[in-house]
Amino acid sequence: MRSKPTRASSTDVADAVGLERDLRLVGQRVIRHDARDKVTAATAFAADWAMPGMLHGVVLRSLYPSARIKNIDATRAASMPGVAAIMTAKDVPRNTLWTDVPGQTTAVGSLRAKLHVLAEDRVRHQGEPVALVAAETEEQAREAAEAIAVEYELLPGVFDPAQALEPGAPRVHEEGNLLAHWRVCHGDVAAAFARAAVVIEGDYRTQFVDAAYLEPESGVAWIDSDGVITIRVSTQVIEHFRDVAEVLNVPQNRVRIIGTYLGGGFGGKEDVTVEVYLGLLAWKTGRPVKMVWSRQESLLARAKRHPFRLRYRTGALRTGQIVAQEIELLADAGGYAYLSALVLLYATVTAAGPYRVPAVSVDARVAYTNNVPTSAMRGFGAMQVVFGYESQMERVARALGLSPVEMRKINALSRGDTLPVGQVVDTHVALPELAERAWAALGELTPPRAPHVKIGRGLACNFQPYGRIVWLHDWSSAWVGFEMDGSLVVRSGVPDVGGGQASSLCQIAAEVLGVPLEQVSVYIADSALTPLAGTTTASRQLYMSGNAVLKASRELCEQLLKAAAAVLGVDRDAVGLADSAVRTADGRSLPLPELLHACSRMGVPRSHLGVYHAPAGEPVDLEKGAGKVFPDYTYGAHAAEVEVDTETGVVKVLKLVAVHDVGRAINPLSVEGQIQGGAVQGLGYALMEDVVVEKGINMTTSFASYLIPSAVDVPDVRAIVVESGEGLGPFGARGIGEPPIGPPAAAVANAIEDATGARLSVLPLTSERLARALGLM
Amino acid sequence: MKERTIRLTVNGRPYERTVEVRKTLADFLREDLDLTGTHLGCEHGVCGACTVVVNGEAVRSCLLFAVQLEGANILTVEGLADGDNLHPIQEAFWEHHGLQCGFCTPGFLLTLYCFLKETPRPSEAEIREAISGNLCRCTGYHNIVIAARAAAEKLASAGPTP
Repeated sequence: MRSKPTRASSTDVADAVGLERDLRLVGQRVIRHDARDKVTAATAFAADWAMPGMLHGVVLRSLYPSARIKNIDATRAASMPGVAAIMTAKDVPRNTLWTDVPGQTTAVGSLRAKLHVLAEDRVRHQGEPVALVAAETEEQAREAAEAIAVEYELLPGVFDPAQALEPGAPRVHEEGNLLAHWRVCHGDVAAAFARAAVVIEGDYRTQFVDAAYLEPESGVAWIDSDGVITIRVSTQVIEHFRDVAEVLNVPQNRVRIIGTYLGGGFGGKEDVTVEVYLGLLAWKTGRPVKMVWSRQESLLARAKRHPFRLRYRTGALRTGQIVAQEIELLADAGGYAYLSALVLLYATVTAAGPYRVPAVSVDARVAYTNNVPTSAMRGFGAMQVVFGYESQMERVARALGLSPVEMRKINALSRGDTLPVGQVVDTHVALPELAERAWAALGELTPPRAPHVKIGRGLACNFQPYGRIVWLHDWSSAWVGFEMDGSLVVRSGVPDVGGGQASSLCQIAAEVLGVPLEQVSVYIADSALTPLAGTTTASRQLYMSGNAVLKASRELCEQLLKAAAAVLGVDRDAVGLADSAVRTADGRSLPLPELLHACSRMGVPRSHLGVYHAPAGEPVDLEKGAGKVFPDYTYGAHAAEVEVDTETGVVKVLKLVAVHDVGRAINPLSVEGQIQGGAVQGLGYALMEDVVVEKGINMTTSFASYLIPSAVDVPDVRAIVVESGEGLGPFGARGIGEPPIGPPAAAVANAIEDATGARLSVLPLTSERLARALGLM
Repeated sequence: MKERTIRLTVNGRPYERTVEVRKTLADFLREDLDLTGTHLGCEHGVCGACTVVVNGEAVRSCLLFAVQLEGANILTVEGLADGDNLHPIQEAFWEHHGLQCGFCTPGFLLTLYCFLKETPRPSEAEIREAISGNLCRCTGYHNIVIAARAAAEKLASAGPTP
């Protein structure tokens, strides 16, 4: 590690209360160890890798959203120059991957959904993989793929989840189109509505969006020594080595996944992408194979965020207290299950928002269609519902003449409250403070710059689970050890998606073991060589692997200090580690390398493997409201100021303040980065992003048609970090990867209503939709 | 496919290579010269990740054929630093956390390299305009703008750069 800057300038970190203060590195604005490599482009991303004798693999994809495959003739393609292998479903040892969804509690029953590696007798969405080709060059592989003759018989398709659930709708899967159905019944909803002074009904729709990481899906596979199939790939989940082994029908210890530093993930690299195809082609040819999906291919066929239809009926007393929420959710799963049932579970659990509501009913369904599949994306179902519940909060507040902040303060959850699913909130909820600070930080109202321009402000709060569902029994492990010279090594199977996952682990280990940050090396994301740490998803990695590193470091510290006490002839309590040395209470010191040599002689290990187990529980029956679903939640509040051109309907966001209680900011630089970046993705969702799918055909397969925010589309996001110290992560940290993407869409919609009186209920909030709402067109 | 021999200078070093006539500059840099710091995000000229400097101008290397660069002088991200000494723009991105995943970073650095030569004391609005052809999905642009401003200050205090 180079020695240049270690800290950046400090801004805007809130005063912490009740936090451990005597810390050297945790809480500092530390420049990440991977940043220098990234500014010099020394980081070898997945597509930058090459091997001698490497082939290039491509995927042939379905042209149609719903069709029977009558025949595949690859004879001509196989004889083309450079072609080394062509594979179809019949060449895949095990072509079906199963997804288990434990805890499904309704008529749908426990779920075993299937996903085909390559399409068998039919295709269920446009872009579904049908065949694989490996050739000497990528061009040869593409030419051969185009020469594969696939004979399709077009079948009727269904492209809307509501239509998919009607009797007689074309069946996407034999078992029927209802993929999952969750229900929550909490309190007497009818009685609660009867005492409500105001009842507001809303019908909201959200769109398909793409993760749109800048690095397309990519990787290289080869057969390593002893026949181990090794895949160096951009993934959020190195545990997919098990899926590759399953598909190839080989033991799990014969597949190794080396995760690269990712060029972004955002949930889009949570499911398998190229790794299974690479494994198949390397196994078939015995040669290294590279596969890089094009942007068009990624936009066409990769799983999107679920479009939701959200129906809300909200009852409140004259005081503003919400007494009832009746919520119906319907989501589009596309052609395959992927993680849809779980995404819907997150939406179900969080549908009433971070509020104390005595009576709640949620009826949530997700249906198969012949649209592009949907799955994980940052926010994971707890995102779409924010647009629903925060639009409703605003409308209730307006109906009762309450300010947006008052409305949240009246209804905010607090410790000891019970969520509609029966989970007791057992950590601090700073929502009133977050809402107040977000609103106050908007500052002076911007004067309109022309008579046809109106200014408006909106607030939106959210809560997002961090860590996996408790009945998944989540765990993570990390190994921390000293080399003989006193330098420190951290090993943990953590994929770093760009959020600084690896760097935070170094800070934690260096903090506990009293060494400078520059003396730490970290090795991550290798399923064979680093202890498994689980997925970089669900805002869980700092929480889970941070705790594993903390545990390993503390236990290592303890075993070294016991040895040091013996060497120095003092009590264990009289020694500590600081500045790469053992320090005694009476002012003596022993340099770390000397202690480590002594440990060698004494047979005391210089390393420790720490395993952290998250709080676990059994599956709960959501309908009966039986208990804990997630370990904890991260709360946030965003305030937006918008300018609306009342002649054109064009909306410009002038200010966005994003406040989150992150528990403890291990590295405020990384935390603020997550908040700023997540909020801007949320603004993209609010204003412009839209995967347009017409009868199953994706119309937005380039960055010229699928628009994500550029620097001129968004304001400078003001990130305010609140530290309650109440999280379950190391030093009281909460997860912050996903939460900031949630509130912007509702905050902007609320601000538009404030400016114009028009309520938009369909995302994205385009100028066309606003112009129609304002009667301009 | 037909091949052609081209001569060009990349990062101050002369090269003579025979390439397929329809090979893009980006693929040529990555595959023939092993300069993999030029990243490909879309291959249709929108995301800006593959930006390099050709004869002093920022261009998208995915939209040019290598054979169109006969005689050209090209700067890629690998040529920005002087040995172990980072270019002031790289230093500013490093110090001000102007990146997260780092995939888009080379494109931003080279876009700003050209922009800051023409506009040494830019306003925030000018910076945002200048980088509006480069997409970043991680940072929300906040720290990129801060890094760009810091880079301008560094360059101004260092005097004329090569």
